[in-house]
Amino acid sequence: MQITLNNRKEEFDRSTMTVRELLDEKNFTFKMLVVKINGQLVRKEDYEKAVISEGDDVSVIHLISGG
Amino acid sequence: MQMQKKSFEEIRTILACKTVGIAGAGGLGSNCAVALARVGMGRIITADFDTVSESNLNRQYFFKDQVGMKKVLALKENIARINPEVMVEAFDIKLDPLNIPQIFGDCDVIVEAFDLAAMKLMIAETVLERMPGRILVMGSGVAGYGNNDAIKTVKSGNIFICGDQENETGENLPPLAPRVGIVAGMQANLVMEILLG
Repeated sequence: MQITLNNRKEEFDRSTMTVRELLDEKNFTFKMLVVKINGQLVRKEDYEKAVISEGDDVSVIHLISGG
Repeated sequence: MQMQKKSFEEIRTILACKTVGIAGAGGLGSNCAVALARVGMGRIITADFDTVSESNLNRQYFFKDQVGMKKVLALKENIARINPEVMVEAFDIKLDPLNIPQIFGDCDVIVEAFDLAAMKLMIAETVLERMPGRILVMGSGVAGYGNNDAIKTVKSGNIFICGDQENETGENLPPLAPRVGIVAGMQANLVMEILLG
């Protein structure tokens, strides 16, 4: 499937994946993440359940301390 | 990109009718608020529970004789000295998912100016879930010194993130006036762009 991840096109050799699988595959290791699928927030407790499929617009923003 | 051209008079006239909410009155919040006050923002709503300490003076817009004061009151005092026309509403409170929509409910734009990543995540989730459509300008990655060109802005829907997205505060990576000030300035600059078009 092809999705948009942080405004860039990405190919994956499967038809769906969970948010957790995407984070693992792309090595997003930061703890504080804002994940959105098509603009909808996905909370941490739902990473294993939330499914990403063909054409989805996914945004993963990591937040780090300092201010 | 072509820079939008407006006289300072035009800019002030438009901004005078606008309200910005600034969540946190530390390094990002105090500097961002002062920048926006100087250009004539009509109303600034600031919220923070902390007091000014000696260690804040390496980056935050406070003065030595304000150590011990509540940050929001010190900030209100400083803005009044710079531009008394700005209406400042100061909330001495710890922000949470319940009070954020109440305090910042009528803001045209909200600036996230917290220190801790967990708080940054909290306000992002709160705005996305409880204040849909509202624009949030965040700061992430301000620590250390040097490396000017790593600091940038990224956009995701109604959320903008200013910073280098990489350098987290730590024992050997303190947040300091120049880089924190750059990011606070970028946040203020983006608020202007959003409000002025």
